[in-house]
Amino acid sequence: MSENKKIKITPLHQIHKELNARLVPFAGWEMPVQYTGVIEEHLAVRKGVGLFDVSHMGEIEVSGTKALEAVQIITTNDASKLKDGQVQYTFLCYPNGGVVDDVTLYKFSDTRYMFCVNASNTEKDFNWIKENAGKLSDVKDMSSRFGQLAIQGPLSEEILQNTCNLDLSLIRYYHFLHGNVAGVDAIISRTGYTGEDGFEIYMPWDATVKVWQGLMEAGNRFGIKPIGLGARDTLRLEMGFPLYGNELNEKTTPLEAGLHRFINLDKHHFVGRDALEKQAIQGIQRKLIGIEMTESGIPRSGYKIFVKDRMVGEVTSGTMSPSLGKAIGMGYIETVLASMGAELNIEVRNRRIAARVTKIPFYTKKTVQTAVN
Amino acid sequence: MEFPKDVKYTKEHEWVRVEGNIATVGVTDYAQDSLGDVVYLELPQDGANVTKDETFGVVESVKAVSDLYSPISGTVAEINDALVDNPEVINDDPYGDAWMLKVEMSSPAEIKELLTADEYKKYVEEEK
Repeated sequence: MSENKKIKITPLHQIHKELNARLVPFAGWEMPVQYTGVIEEHLAVRKGVGLFDVSHMGEIEVSGTKALEAVQIITTNDASKLKDGQVQYTFLCYPNGGVVDDVTLYKFSDTRYMFCVNASNTEKDFNWIKENAGKLSDVKDMSSRFGQLAIQGPLSEEILQNTCNLDLSLIRYYHFLHGNVAGVDAIISRTGYTGEDGFEIYMPWDATVKVWQGLMEAGNRFGIKPIGLGARDTLRLEMGFPLYGNELNEKTTPLEAGLHRFINLDKHHFVGRDALEKQAIQGIQRKLIGIEMTESGIPRSGYKIFVKDRMVGEVTSGTMSPSLGKAIGMGYIETVLASMGAELNIEVRNRRIAARVTKIPFYTKKTVQTAVN
Repeated sequence: MEFPKDVKYTKEHEWVRVEGNIATVGVTDYAQDSLGDVVYLELPQDGANVTKDETFGVVESVKAVSDLYSPISGTVAEINDALVDNPEVINDDPYGDAWMLKVEMSSPAEIKELLTADEYKKYVEEEK
């Protein structure tokens, strides 16, 4: 990010200020990291419902008669399997298999698709898509036209239903429909980044405030809370969802991150295919693992991982899990050492703290039952 | 935001309450508010030496790790074990139950270099 770039704000900036949010710079945007507290917000989403302003996310449209062909060339998953109104998690990869971005792909029709991309990567992705698919299709950066909200948590459907003209029970997980929310035409997608049921809603930039207010009002008697990026991060981490810049980057492949199921090597050609196929055959040298601390201490991004006295990798994300009440993290270690339950040491401020390899996701409804009982 | 007058402050957002030769140390209301939900605390052992302006421990919120700086020099006479087990008390009662250390001061004159409540309040308002 060049320093002369002005920090961007979402349509809800004033509302965040009125809610006393703590605003921080994130990926070139000034965004709310918390309103009342990360733990309280986190638990609100797990137990009830929360509303996120994610208008910083980018939207890139690929259209034209060869739109499917264009999308297939730049993505690892098989977009030909998508029906109209369906969403797919997929990767844009470099020729060496490293990740340009992890994205969701929306199919409107055979001739129109949309990528929802990470805010930090919007410009890079747009240039990459244009460069690799621009000859086959019309590539448009729609990010400044769309606001995006996420309503997440077990009460999401009930609340959204109160202010929406569609029968939401008809929208299955990873599907979307056009509808009306709080009097605004919107794209309503049953997706999210929390592990809870919920919806991501795309609407015209200037109508975002109206939808936010409509949802806050409809959710008022259910105790809806605004949720900042702090809880967004702890929620995704409990699910073991990767975050670009932490678990994924240009030097990491989706195979190393354990995300095989979003790569379709049967597809004739896509950027990165040869490298990924080679890696799939030869095997990966390092692998993403779940880390659970067995002594007191919190793993953090960049901390070194040891097995006995040898450094074998690094932590990519870590936190105190609000749902589980224990310290968890993710990181890459040598594949041969990455067996479930294997004993590790995490270097925390020059001390080696005991930890072990554990399964991802860290959090399921069942793990919480166990933690409570 | 509270700035009680019976304690002295540092620009690193610790407070000190002096009784005789013993200084009780904690972090300020402003510090706990900036940190957010505190989930982890690391303190020195009883008997350890602490030095003015040097780190004596670490406090972690859900998102971040912050060093704790000693406002005074001396020997740790007592640590708040209960706080290590329940660090969230730092958010609830920063000047009371969330005291961290009792230090037997080796250079009591250092106290004079600390900020008064009014000076600290002014400093915090400028920092915002």
